[in-house]
Amino acid sequence: MLQIENLKLILDGKPIIDNLSLHVEKEEILAVLGVNGTGKTTLAYLIMGVNYLPDDGKIIFEGRDITKYSISQRAKMGITLAWQEPARFEGLSIREYLGLRNRLKMEEIEDYLWAVGLPPSQFLNRSVDASLSGGERKRVELASVLAMKPKLAILDEVDSGIDVVSLPHIVNGIGKMKSLGSSVLLITHSEDAVEIADKVSVMCAGKIYKTGPPKEMCQWFKQNCQVCGHIVPG
Amino acid sequence: MITIKEEYQGIVEAYGKAGGSKKALESREVASLVVHENRVLRANQAEGISVKWEQLEKGVRVELMVEEGKKIKYPVHLCFGMLPQEGLQEIVLKVNVQDGGEVSIIAHCIFPSAVNIIHKMDANIKIGSNAKFKYHETHYHGDSGGIKVIPKAKVEVGEKSIYHNTFSLIEGCVGTLDFNYEVFCGEKSVTELVAKVYGKKEDDIKISEKVNLNGREARSLIKSRLVLRDKAKAEVIGETYGNAPLARGHVDCTEIVDGEEAIAKAIPVVSVTNKEAKVTHEAAIGSIDKKQMQTLMARGLDREEAVKVIVKGILK
Repeated sequence: MLQIENLKLILDGKPIIDNLSLHVEKEEILAVLGVNGTGKTTLAYLIMGVNYLPDDGKIIFEGRDITKYSISQRAKMGITLAWQEPARFEGLSIREYLGLRNRLKMEEIEDYLWAVGLPPSQFLNRSVDASLSGGERKRVELASVLAMKPKLAILDEVDSGIDVVSLPHIVNGIGKMKSLGSSVLLITHSEDAVEIADKVSVMCAGKIYKTGPPKEMCQWFKQNCQVCGHIVPG
Repeated sequence: MITIKEEYQGIVEAYGKAGGSKKALESREVASLVVHENRVLRANQAEGISVKWEQLEKGVRVELMVEEGKKIKYPVHLCFGMLPQEGLQEIVLKVNVQDGGEVSIIAHCIFPSAVNIIHKMDANIKIGSNAKFKYHETHYHGDSGGIKVIPKAKVEVGEKSIYHNTFSLIEGCVGTLDFNYEVFCGEKSVTELVAKVYGKKEDDIKISEKVNLNGREARSLIKSRLVLRDKAKAEVIGETYGNAPLARGHVDCTEIVDGEEAIAKAIPVVSVTNKEAKVTHEAAIGSIDKKQMQTLMARGLDREEAVKVIVKGILK
């Protein structure tokens, strides 16, 4: 479904994404695991068309080269992104936010909120603004991704800053995406979060080093990554 | 020659288009007043509130009085407007909410065909102790921008009372707006002034709101939300003076510019004359937030659709 070939992004003379290749299959959850500063969010932005265009390489989605497509064009093809720090919107209710693109029945909207552990009676009419806690906002973001019924959901650190009680709701939301037929690119620095993935790619210094089953990759990550001070070369 | 009935039908139709509730306006249980130019076309009294009026040469003098301890069940509906393209309408409004009284007012000011109209309001509002007064004013103008709106008010808020004022002008062109309110806040009172304006074409907007926190533990919020496009320009002055112990005030202004030639300016003035008072401010002036745009576009909206969603939310 998604193929990334030899992607390269250089900023201020430094390679942030360095000949990176990966692919995500239909209805697959692929986790990209890496410590802070390895270029994971930049990779998410490049796939969604946010802020940067790559210096080299290709992004192929369902057989089409979308490397230079706008955000809206990619979204209309079925790609979406859950931000690490989602934007806040004054005066936009959660109900409206979930129904931005698709005309959804109320039961569907409620179902998506329940999937991320937010009781609809308490949240439907609240605004997507600063009154939501960080964890609530992240769960609303996940519900809005669910509501879009995407072919590919890019989830950037949706588990970071989430308390232990709320984390199962995030995991449940991701599982529901897969059950509804979406592919998921789960970007995270947490070994716990990748348990839900079908495959894990370990990323370091703008490159994918190794891809394999979650347990094996977590082991490799622990042994090789957390001690080497992974950062983009300065 | 237009009959009073036709005049009334015309103004009520425009009132409905501006979002007003015709049913409420004509209910016998609801206090209401319909004014076209300088003529009162309809008036209804309700228990606990008296509505008096006097015709002026170019407008109407209106006196609203809520009796002591009376809580008015339904919001009072006021409708001021002019159907012709030209003219002057002056509203002199006197409000007296006596101690313990509670009332909510929904006012619509409608000028659907304005080409050269001046609408002035001069209000004197007195809110007693332990009272509540909410005033929600919505304007509906035509698209020509040929209107000058000059609302001025002096408001006294008594001890432990609540005053909420919302001014909304988001339909049609603003024209010229010179909004000037000053509030004097008593002990433990709460004041909230909200202005929401959508400037278009060559609209010229000036909003000046001044709050004097004179009573101990008085609290206030001045909140302004403006969106400007085309060649519209706006200046928002939000002033709060903390003059008493434990007084707390905040000035919050957001102005979004969505046009190459629109101009936005915000001038917050915060001052304390008492060492135990605290007044804060925040202002965000600029283009539409990039991350908000990207978020909505990542949900499949075009740029124009995303702008509409953001603007609608801010002015909601």
